[in-house]
Amino acid sequence: MPLPPRRLALASFVLLGTIAAALGAPPAHAGQTAQPLQPARGDARARPGSERELSVDEQARHVLNRLAFGARPGETARVEAMGVDRWIAEQLQPERINDRAMDAVLARYATQSLDAGELLRAFPRPAAIAAQARIRADSSAERVDSTALRQAGRQNRQFVAELMSARVARAVGSERQLQEVMTDFWLNHFSVFVGKGQLRYFLPEYERETIRPHTLGTFRDLLGAVAKSPAMLHYLDNALSVSDSTSPTLATRDEANRQRRVQGAIQRRAASMSEADRARVEALQARRPKGLNENYARELLELHTLGVDGGYTQHDIVEVARALTGWTVRPPRAGAPEFMFNRGAHDAGEKLVLGTRLKAGRGIEDGESVLDLLAGHPSTAQFIARKLVVRFVSDSPPPALVERAAATFRRTDGDLREVVRTIVTSPEFFSRDAYGTKVKSPFEVVVSAARALGAQPDTTAVSALLVARLGQPIYGHQAPDGWPETGDAWMNTGAILQRINFGLSVAANRMPGARPRAWSAYAGLRAAPRDGQVAAVIDAFLGGRASAETREILSSGENPFLERQVDSAAAMSDEELLQGMAAGARANGVGGAGGAGPPPDENNRRTPPRPLYQSTADRRAALRNGVLSSPTTLTGLDQVIGLALGSPEFQRR
Amino acid sequence: MHRRIFVRSGALALVTLGLSPYFLRRTAFAAELPRARRGKVLVCLFQRGAADALNVVVPHAERAYYRLRPTIGIARPSRSDAASALDLDGFFGLHPSLQGLERLYRDGLLAPIHAVGSPSATRSHFDAQDYMESGTPDLKSTRDGWLNRYLAVSGTCEACEPTPFRAVAMAAQTPRILDGPAPAVAMSSLGEFRVRGTGTSIDRLEALYRTGSADLVHASGQEMFEAIKLLKSADPARHAPRNGAAYPRSQFAQRLREIAQLIRSDVGMEVAFADVGGWDTHVNQGGGTGQLATRLRDFGDSVSAFVTDLGDRMDDVVILTMSEFGRMARQNGTGGTDHGHAGAMFVIGTQVQGGRVHGRWPGLEPEQLHEGRDLALTTDFRAVFSEVLQRHLGASDLSRIFPGYDSHRLDWPGVLRPG
Repeated sequence: MPLPPRRLALASFVLLGTIAAALGAPPAHAGQTAQPLQPARGDARARPGSERELSVDEQARHVLNRLAFGARPGETARVEAMGVDRWIAEQLQPERINDRAMDAVLARYATQSLDAGELLRAFPRPAAIAAQARIRADSSAERVDSTALRQAGRQNRQFVAELMSARVARAVGSERQLQEVMTDFWLNHFSVFVGKGQLRYFLPEYERETIRPHTLGTFRDLLGAVAKSPAMLHYLDNALSVSDSTSPTLATRDEANRQRRVQGAIQRRAASMSEADRARVEALQARRPKGLNENYARELLELHTLGVDGGYTQHDIVEVARALTGWTVRPPRAGAPEFMFNRGAHDAGEKLVLGTRLKAGRGIEDGESVLDLLAGHPSTAQFIARKLVVRFVSDSPPPALVERAAATFRRTDGDLREVVRTIVTSPEFFSRDAYGTKVKSPFEVVVSAARALGAQPDTTAVSALLVARLGQPIYGHQAPDGWPETGDAWMNTGAILQRINFGLSVAANRMPGARPRAWSAYAGLRAAPRDGQVAAVIDAFLGGRASAETREILSSGENPFLERQVDSAAAMSDEELLQGMAAGARANGVGGAGGAGPPPDENNRRTPPRPLYQSTADRRAALRNGVLSSPTTLTGLDQVIGLALGSPEFQRR
Repeated sequence: MHRRIFVRSGALALVTLGLSPYFLRRTAFAAELPRARRGKVLVCLFQRGAADALNVVVPHAERAYYRLRPTIGIARPSRSDAASALDLDGFFGLHPSLQGLERLYRDGLLAPIHAVGSPSATRSHFDAQDYMESGTPDLKSTRDGWLNRYLAVSGTCEACEPTPFRAVAMAAQTPRILDGPAPAVAMSSLGEFRVRGTGTSIDRLEALYRTGSADLVHASGQEMFEAIKLLKSADPARHAPRNGAAYPRSQFAQRLREIAQLIRSDVGMEVAFADVGGWDTHVNQGGGTGQLATRLRDFGDSVSAFVTDLGDRMDDVVILTMSEFGRMARQNGTGGTDHGHAGAMFVIGTQVQGGRVHGRWPGLEPEQLHEGRDLALTTDFRAVFSEVLQRHLGASDLSRIFPGYDSHRLDWPGVLRPG
């Protein structure tokens, strides 16, 4: 299978705005869902247009800040022109939105269409390489060249950098903005960590096939996809969870006998092995799963469905874990590393989950029943509804809206599109209290800045690095609870400093694709009076919202400002961050010493996909050109932009 | 209006916005610089990747050791062999790269603890680091790190001025061990902790955050500008290394040097953290020389330079080193070691019962090994953490810092003199 050709140059990029303009004419079907929008059944209070405290202009800005990652140049006017409700309805049907320009950008990411098996072949993991080296060392006493191995080992993580880069690029460039917002939300709700073991190989699939297809589908489908994803099975250890020895399993007598034979053979062979070989066999045996692992079951109840106060007990956790035994990932030697149900590991006894009895002797149905129970549980409706209201409306979610969203969840069997519709067409959503009050996450800070400038998606790793720099490395949250959805967690001494410095860097043309000079209004404003510049910048970057004081400070003076300062310490940490980001190595520090790289794979004759950065020199070049090194002198319009991006108003949406 | 009152009343206004009392507490930084203060400091150093404890603190009197490690074992102490172990007590020796640490041991400042670590059986770097930082082995649902829980539980003393620099991670991002509700500052370097502009720009940006709105964002911004001023006036960079301390040129050494500067600057730092990777030596780790030797030289020289640099100030400081687990007792087929179980830690300071190796040694004979392959565990890491937090920092509520762990003094390794 040939891989798509790689084109790194951005030159041929089709301006998304062109496509967007072409989209102005609604697709034929859009008329059915738009203007006037039918109120959702039994939800008359959510009738759009009524009881909205915001002006039409504010409504347009608001939806672009909450259902999208901020407005691109001219987009507020476009939404106003097409009608806020029609725009919402369109965004709720992302599959009907033309996103060809984005697809063309995504095609440049050679590794992102690969599955875990292909990635493992193209970028073998250090442990596998070390094992191969070991075999060679045994047979021919060949020395392992650790320098070469280290170098190759670094390369083998580059596809992760592509994945992170693509996340930011899509949020910046996709026309399916709500789809991107929901992807961000669900990837965070079902958070996994790139630095755990081989999890990184499962990440592209996790995002592409587990999360994205279900972001506005039904919750049960999403939950089921996550439960069967190698990424989650690996992250929360369910792949290792096997029936306790005291419980019967579903293994047939033949299977059990075979297992015994294999074990016997291993024992006999071990007797005649060299000490080193025996140690390896013992190590492998020691790694064999030994019993129940409750990790996934606990987080499934606490974080994914019912919520910590959702009304379950420790006993329920154990029973859920028992029901999910055997839900695992196929071992590499048995084919593609994907979900499989291992009957021999499944606890076949009776279970009692949240008061519901699961009969003995069942197999994969046990887990499916548990997911049905959880997805249909009123606590889940409440928990998910509340979290979505926090995301879209307010850190202090209005109880009445949470209740209505939960009711929609229950009534529609967890139809997420309808739950979101209930929330984003509600009077509470369009209330004065909600307007401009959510604190942006670092991801939102970077993406909204790029969008405000009308940036082209950045296919380098730099924008993703900036997100990490601001404190939210993509796929970099270690604990299973995901990043916080509320503002207080994002606001602290270090964070605000990074945000201010980020704004200065962007204004100094340091973010690839998002250069102020590429901003469509830039040329026209450059020679304009300061007040005119300030008004335009506040309109474009701060959604028109700025206190009188902010306006005055932006307008005051024309002092030469922001001299160039060489900061080698910062440059060093950028380099380190770039490496760390790609490797997830910040958290683990593993694979460095004695790490390993890919030897030529006899069975894989095709050229491995080329990662974005082939060498340290490439990365250095990217750093020189782009990242967070100190701004050069900012004056005039650049200065206004830098101050605006560093202002308190820009930190909110 | 007096700035300090402004910040405080701003914080009060936050109550009406439904913000957490925790945030209230941390917005109450003084606008004027706090009095110079000297307090106890704990410096935690994390060796990420699982350092090979058996080649760091070498049981050279164990015959099994040389049987298990025929080519990578560190030779028995010998004056004529520069690559041989540095004898500590006739049974254990330090890796020959750790001459700096050996000196600290001789001076009674350094206490190695052997066969210490997490009771969890995991051999996953991720899980083991997670447990070592959360302080709750085998419990993944813990959201915060134990250092942060210490900060949150112990609060700030009433008489002390609050400081933004109570907990500092010299790292690009806040490490797991400092995650949690108590404020902690992460910075890659001291030089990075500033607004990248000149005086007027800083003034202008600061003004943006002083515009009268009393909300979360403005308060955080004000707090940040106060912190920068505090750091600037404390001017840690003026503290050049003293006592002839020679730091290596590595990033790790640089970070230790800056931690020393922060300590000398009296900014109220109580907890500092830094980490260093490259310990995952599966292949060709070497013996008395080679890959691990190079790593250890940088590590040992950095730490001993730090101790030399601080001189008398070490009376206030305890350094605690940790790594997620040890490595297999037997070397593997590629001249390296695979993931194991128990490891070793160093505790360093003038209050330390140094000059002897702590912890019960379990032995390396086959029946003494954990699962027949790894150094067995005889000291729970929480016993060490508990002792250090209690005896050095005066922590009282250990059950809240290490939930589910019944910390008995009898289990403590006794590395610190009772206060």
